[in-house]
This record gives sequence, C-alpha cells and structure tokens, in this order.
Amino acid sequence: MFFLLDRHKRYDCVLVQGLSWMIFSFSPLDLSLLAISFWFVLAILSLFLSRIHGFHLCRMFLPGTAGSILLTMSGFLGLDGSPQAKTIPLGLPGLPFHLRQDALSSFFLLIIGFVSLGISIFSSGYFKDDHHGKEIGFLLFQYHLFLISMTLVLLSSDSYLFLLSWESMAMTSYFLVVSDHEKDVVRQAGFLYLLLAHIGTLALFLSFGILSSGGGLQDFSGYAFEQMEKGQHSSLALTMAFFLAFFGFGAKAGILPLHIWLPEAHPVAPSPISALLSGVMLKVAIYGMVRVWFDLIGIHFLSWKWGMVVLAVGLFTALFGILFALTQNDLKRLLAYSSIDNIGIIVMGLGLSIIFFGTGHPVPGALGLIAALYHSLNHAVFKGLLFLGAGSILHASGETNLNRMGGLIRSMPQTAILYLVAILSISAIPPLNGFVSEWLTFQTALSVPLLETGGIRSMVALSAAGLALVSALTAMCFVKVYGIGFLGVPRTAPMPKRHESTIPERLGMLWLASGCLLLGCLPTIVVRYLETITISLTGGGLGKNANGAGWLWLVPQSARRASYSPIVFLAVIVVTTLLTFLVIRILFRRKTRTSASWNCGYPARTSRMQDTADSFSQPIRHFFSPVYKMTRHLPLPTDEKPIFFVEIDDQSWFLFYRPIQKIVEKMSALAGKLQTGKISVYLTYSFLTLLFLLFLVKSP
Amino acid sequence: MTQTSTVPHQWIADLLFKGLGELFQTASVIFFAPIFLGWVNLCRSCLQSRRPAGILQPYRDLLKLLRKEVVLATGASPLFRITPYIVFGSMGLAAALVPAVTTDLPFGPAADAIALVGIFSLARIFMALSAMDIGTPFGDMGARREMMIAFLAEPATMMVLFTASLISRSTSLSTIAETLGGRHFTLYPSLVFATTSFFLIILAENSRLPIDNPSTHLELTMIHEAMLLEYSGRHLALMEWGSSIKLLLYFSILISFFLPWGISHESSFGGLLSGFAFLVLKLFILGTLLAILESTLAKLRLFRAPEFLAAAYLLAVIAFLSHFILEV
Repeated sequence: MFFLLDRHKRYDCVLVQGLSWMIFSFSPLDLSLLAISFWFVLAILSLFLSRIHGFHLCRMFLPGTAGSILLTMSGFLGLDGSPQAKTIPLGLPGLPFHLRQDALSSFFLLIIGFVSLGISIFSSGYFKDDHHGKEIGFLLFQYHLFLISMTLVLLSSDSYLFLLSWESMAMTSYFLVVSDHEKDVVRQAGFLYLLLAHIGTLALFLSFGILSSGGGLQDFSGYAFEQMEKGQHSSLALTMAFFLAFFGFGAKAGILPLHIWLPEAHPVAPSPISALLSGVMLKVAIYGMVRVWFDLIGIHFLSWKWGMVVLAVGLFTALFGILFALTQNDLKRLLAYSSIDNIGIIVMGLGLSIIFFGTGHPVPGALGLIAALYHSLNHAVFKGLLFLGAGSILHASGETNLNRMGGLIRSMPQTAILYLVAILSISAIPPLNGFVSEWLTFQTALSVPLLETGGIRSMVALSAAGLALVSALTAMCFVKVYGIGFLGVPRTAPMPKRHESTIPERLGMLWLASGCLLLGCLPTIVVRYLETITISLTGGGLGKNANGAGWLWLVPQSARRASYSPIVFLAVIVVTTLLTFLVIRILFRRKTRTSASWNCGYPARTSRMQDTADSFSQPIRHFFSPVYKMTRHLPLPTDEKPIFFVEIDDQSWFLFYRPIQKIVEKMSALAGKLQTGKISVYLTYSFLTLLFLLFLVKSP
Repeated sequence: MTQTSTVPHQWIADLLFKGLGELFQTASVIFFAPIFLGWVNLCRSCLQSRRPAGILQPYRDLLKLLRKEVVLATGASPLFRITPYIVFGSMGLAAALVPAVTTDLPFGPAADAIALVGIFSLARIFMALSAMDIGTPFGDMGARREMMIAFLAEPATMMVLFTASLISRSTSLSTIAETLGGRHFTLYPSLVFATTSFFLIILAENSRLPIDNPSTHLELTMIHEAMLLEYSGRHLALMEWGSSIKLLLYFSILISFFLPWGISHESSFGGLLSGFAFLVLKLFILGTLLAILESTLAKLRLFRAPEFLAAAYLLAVIAFLSHFILEV
C-alpha cells in the first residue's frame, strides 16, 4: 500500500491510471468530506433499515469500509501535499466553520481510516442480529456518527467546530459504551466516562479561551486556529493554556490520574467499540495535544520546563499502566491498562520533544515528535487487533476472564497466529512495529549529551531507564496473556464448546496484523512521511544525514550513530531458522513420537495445576507491593473448600478521587444549610444580594 | 576505522567481500560455544575435586540428543515445535551482530544495541510461551520465573549498553567496540559500574549460580531447566545449544565493550586470526573466573533473585548517570 501510493505516477497500466486519476483529481480534503457524507448517509440509512424485519443489519458495517478507504487515501495524499482549507457557512451567523487538512491532521485521518477499516470488517461478523435485536440499528447509527465526529475534530480549524465535534465525539462514544445499558455496571462506567470527558472539555474551553484572547481583537475572530497562532500572549497565559490543554486532552487520553474511566469503560463496551475507543479515540486526544502545543502555541514558545512535567507525567503513566495491566485477570481490563501504559510512552515522546525544542535542539526535538506520532499509529494498529481478538475470544468461549481460559490455540488456531503478531508487536519485539517506535524514543532520549544542565540530563536519562523497564514489563504482561489464554489446557472443569472466529472477524484482524508487519518492516517510508509533518509544524526535519542511506536502513540522525534495518533483520533470522531446520532435517532425520507429557514424572495432572493469570503475576505483586492496594484471601489447610482470591484496587481512587469527593460532600453540606425551604428566607437572600450589588455599583 | 556502507547495492557488494569475516565470526561463535561451556564445567569439576568429563563433553551431549527421536507431549501445538528453531535462529542472528572476533561486520548496521536486546527478548518470549504450551505446572513455573528475571535483567542490559553508547556517541555495536577499544586506558567510573552490573546480568540471564543452578533438574527452584522439561531429542539439543551460544555472546559483549583490547578492526586474515586468539584467551580467563565464582557461591532463595537483579539495574542506572556527573 505504501509503495502503491508512493509511486502512483509511474503506473503504466491504463486502467489503474484512469482509476487513480479519478481518485487523485479530488483533493485530500474533498476525499475526507466525501467519507464524512458517505458515513452520514449510511448512519441515517441504518436507522431506517432497522425498521425492516428480517434485514441482516450487521452487513451494514461492510459498506462503511468504503468510507474508511476514502479516509485512508485522503490521509496518504494529505501527508505529501500542501495544506488545504475551506470555510463552510454553517454554524452561528458570523462564525463560520473553518476546515483545514494539513500533514498532521492527514496522519491522524490515516490512523482513523486504516484502523476503522479493520474494525468495520470485523464488526460485520461480530455483531449478531438476534443478539442485540433492534438496537443494532442504533449502534450502527452511533458508530458512524462517532467516526464522523472524530474526523471532524481532525479537520476543524477553529475552536468552535473543534469543541462541537469534540463533544459530539464524547456523546456518541458514550452511547456506544453503554450499548448493554441493561446492566448496572455498564451505566456506572458510562457515567464515569461522561463525567471525566466533560471535566476535560471544560479545561479545553479555558485553554482555547486563553489562546483566542491574544492580539487584542475586538470581535470573535480569534476563535479560528489561524488567529490563535498569530496571537501574542504573556508567558503566564501560555503556561496556563499549555497545561489546561494537557489536562483536557489528558482526561480523554487517560494520563495519570485522569485514567480511571478507561479500565471501567473498556471492559463493558462491545469489543469492536473498545478497539475503536482505545485504538483511535485516544489518538485523537494525542492529536489535540500536538495541535495545541506544537502548532497553536508554537515551538518557539515551548519551554523545557513544561517538557519536564510532561515527561515525568508520561513516565509515571506508563509505569502505572503496565504495573496494573500485569495484575489484571480480565482480558479487556488488562488491555485498558495497557492502553494507559502506551499513552504514557507517547506522552513521554512528546515531553522529550518539548525538552529538546525548548533548549534549542530542533533535530532531536523532531525525532521525539516523530517517535510519538509513530507510536500513536503503532498503538492504534496493535491495540485495535488485541481488542478485536478479545472480542473473538469472548464470542468463541464466552470468557473475558483469563483465569478461566486456556488452550485457545487448539480451538481457534488462526486467531491465535494473528494474536501472536499483536503480542509480539506490543512487546516491542523486532522486526514488528512496536519496536520501531520504542527504538526511536530511545534514540531521542540518547541525544541527552546535547543538553546543557545536569538536572534535565538526569531526568531524560532516568526516563530512558524507566522506558526500558516498562518495555520489559510489557513483554511479561503479554506473555501472560498469550500463555494463559491461548496455551495450556482449558481451566474450566467441563470442557467448554469453542469455535474459530467468523471469517469477517479473521479478515478484520488480518488487516491489522499485516499493518503491524508492514509498519515494522518499512520504517524508512513511514518516517519520511512523518518528517513532512514535523517540517510543516516546526519548519525543520531530521537533518541531511538522516535517511541518506536509502530505503533499506532507518537512520534517524547519522549512519555512525545508529541504524536499524528490519528487512535485513527479518531476512537473516528467517534464513538462519530455515537453514537450521533443513540441516537438522537432512542430517538427523529421526522419528517423532507422541506420548503423555513428562512433567517430571508426576503422573497426575489436572488443569487446575496450571498457573492462573493471578499466579503468573505473583512475583510482580510481591516485588512492587507498595504500589498496590491488595485484598487477599488465602485458604487455611483445614478449609473444606479452599478458595483463593486477590483483588487489586486502583490507588488513585483513594489518593485523588475520595478526597475530592469528601470536599465536594462537605461543601454541599455547607451549602445545604442555606436552604431552609422557607420562601421568606429566600426573599431575604435576594434582598441582601440586591443590596450588595447596589453597593458595588454605587462605590466608585 | 572502516565504515560499512549503507547504500543498498554497495552494501551487497561489501557483503560479498566482507562476508568471509562475518561468516568466520558467526561460525566460530556458534560452533565453539559448547567448548566454552565445556571449559567452565571442566574448571568446576576440578575445583570441586571431581574427575572432569573433558572439554568436549557438551558436543557429545548435543550429538547424542540430535540422534535421538523426539517425544512430543500430547496436545503440543505447532508453536511448541517451531520454538527451538526460532530460538536457535535468533541466536544465530545475534552471533552475526555481536563483535566478538572482528568489528568489521556487514550485518552490523542492521541492528544496534537496542535491537540486540530485542533479539534476546524474542528468543525468551518464544521459550516462555513454549513452556506454557503443554500446560504442565513445571512449565508455567519456569516461564513465570524466567519472565520475573527478565523484567529487571532486560532494562539493566539496556542501561549498560546505553552507558557504553554514550561514551562512543553511537548505539551501533561495532562502533562502540571500536571506540572503546581505540581509546587510551583510563578508568571511567561509569564503565566500572556498568561492568559490575553486566557481570551480575550475565549470571542471571544465563541461569548461572547464584540465581539458577544449571546442573540441577527436578528441583522446585529450577528456572531455565523447568522451561525445557517437555523438550527432547533434536528440539532439546537446539535449545541447549542456543543457551550455550547465548552465554558465549554475553561474555563476548562483556569483552568487546569493557575489555576490548586485541579485537580485529578489519577482515584481513591476520586480523581475524589475532582477534580470534585474543578472544579465546580472554574467554578462558573469564570462564575460569565464572567457575570459581560458581563454586564459591550458594544459590539465592528465589525471592532474593529480584533484589539481586534490582541491584544490577540500579548499578546500571548509576553508571548511566555517573557518565554525566563525572565524565562530561
């Protein structure tokens, strides 16, 4: 796909030329708008079709893929091309909507298009008509509206349209999360999500408000991003705008301590929706950070002190996320915590970038930004795949609890292969995609000798150490997922009936898995595209030494410093593996016999003797015990029916939210004292207020 | 200093000329790895007043295993059967990357220090997964413990390599070895910390005492052996051979980064020969040291292992930080 579009001008085939002419005669922005209108029609249509009895509504996910393809193409074309803008006379009188598609928004459009394509294909085989009844029509409606609002967030170029689509994104995703609204826990999770989404939006309002106030404009024209970039602000105002944006977008992305909605909302949402939320929507929040920080505030005003805060928050988020992911036994909850971890890694990349830009080193700054963007794309692809796989497992075996899984590789072998690709990607194993972005983040952090002050240096160095720890813990976490879920023998007593996932499900996962492989093996091409983003945002790329070595070698700074070639890597490892296989085959061709397992000679073996998800993470709980708040029940030797359980609570509830809750309760109790219920008292309040106001007006 | 070209066609031409050195280095690491293990075992036997089995014993063991039939446990998935080849293949790749005999490696630019850690991680993940495949309690136990050691040993390795790469301003393994080998002898505090840390990592990562005892089976404290329990025949041979390559590679990294004198910087015949001779000499000394260490240490309790590794990790982080504080 990369090659196809990269070299579209060299096609000889007339048919392809004609087709590509048709597509490429549209501008990227037109293509995006086309995708939006297509999805809109589809959303309305699915509401009507849900009235028709006997219509297979789930198939309506498939035409939606056309919109995804359009958006993917628009993203590709937009990455190279010049930014395009449009003003649409919608909205309030005098305040039209501004649309703009530049390299940055194109890249995130590409993420939406690419990942939603896989998810839509998967959904057409995942949702069953009889399962959800009429509500599938409503789900389809919200699903496509959700995709539209995310696209609009990326395309909007004024704070009005941005916040409008941001809110619409929050609302539609809320409805998607509470698809199974009959259950109490689902409604609670949905409410928590909505609450944090709105607190975040409030911060965004303030941030945009500060940014639009610059330049001494008398009318409302400051609401357009173009005016915000030009505005003059004091450093205090910029600091406030920066951190309000960090808070606002962080609430959506799931940075510490605003992450609490993620592990509640993801397990209760249908799996394709979780994939969309975690894979794509969190990235829209990352887009917001990049847009406000690197574009609206601008790199010349970024201070390295902000970068230090961002880096520290990112590091703690990543560590927290992976430590809690390790101790979960619900697969989707585990994946939600792992999303927090990955968002932490992305935010660390942004923090490093800000530090380097803020201290006047644009080349490593650009590298950090590229690493963060690359990881956003990678995380979207492999986390989408992981959530989709969790959905397949749920349908095939009726389980999301790892403690009751096991042996899935034997009942769903093809899903198992696709899932293996995903866990290797997320564990940052070369030559898959997760490795490339972590490698780039490490390379950014290793530019640390350029920095002058000891304090910043130590912080950056410690962040590299932390990232190394996080990546090793991630490997352990996903060995646990795969080993407990797919390998071994089933842990539930009556062997559950299981089946392979449906063909559309597997196709959707295959699409994302091939994305993992392609993004891992062709990093030079991806980095070259990402460089256009940094050039358009900051005016500088990676310098002339970078990528001078041809498409085969990923060289971020200079060939002497570091290089990486996943294709050579893959080729050598495949050749040595095959060579070993052939040599062994030819020289030592012996029989293979099957027999009962050796198991150190112990004859009795039951499935309960295997590790569970909880026991696998026991060393981690032991080692990091101060981090966790554990409730444990250990059986006594005399117990007739021994049970063992361990429950881990999120500390942030107790550290941040309970105190806030208590303060709010106290305040409302105080306010409650004012309310007596007697009309005479209320009239006195009004009278006193009036007197006070008159006094204010009167006094000079 | 010879620089490997990275222009594709030139690289392929280079590959043909320099292939000899690369091939010599890879083959010598792969085929002499069991000898190193044999030497360590021989020293250990002598120190423990046992009659040694001879330095070639590991070869006899491997040959014996290769000639035996494979007994697969019922219900073993394809993952279980391909893991030995993947493990051996990734060790083969690592052998082509680590500058042991020469630093003039055409495959060098394909993967740097971070990717090398990635290769070891790849092998480890597959090994742990294959141990969990059959669903025996011992396999799960081994996998769990192996990952427990890895989650600290891997970042520690990374930090040690980063320290070395800060001094040479490069993460490429060959460049690090050349820079560290080319400078005058000065005692860098960061390198002292890094070497100490890396020695602890070698013991832990290669399941040596005091973390794991390589010569015991059927003990509740085993780690590495527990993962291999279900393997037999040629599969087991490949896994064992892979482990011995890994041990040699870790020592080669130690030598080429922290004791780099004598390594060849070009692929000439004489250079390769002298590089090989120096490597053998240093390996014999280090092997003896390892045997002495293993004979004098008792195995740690399992839950002390993370503390041991946390010490290695902290030492590595201190090494990294002390480079800024003391040396720049």
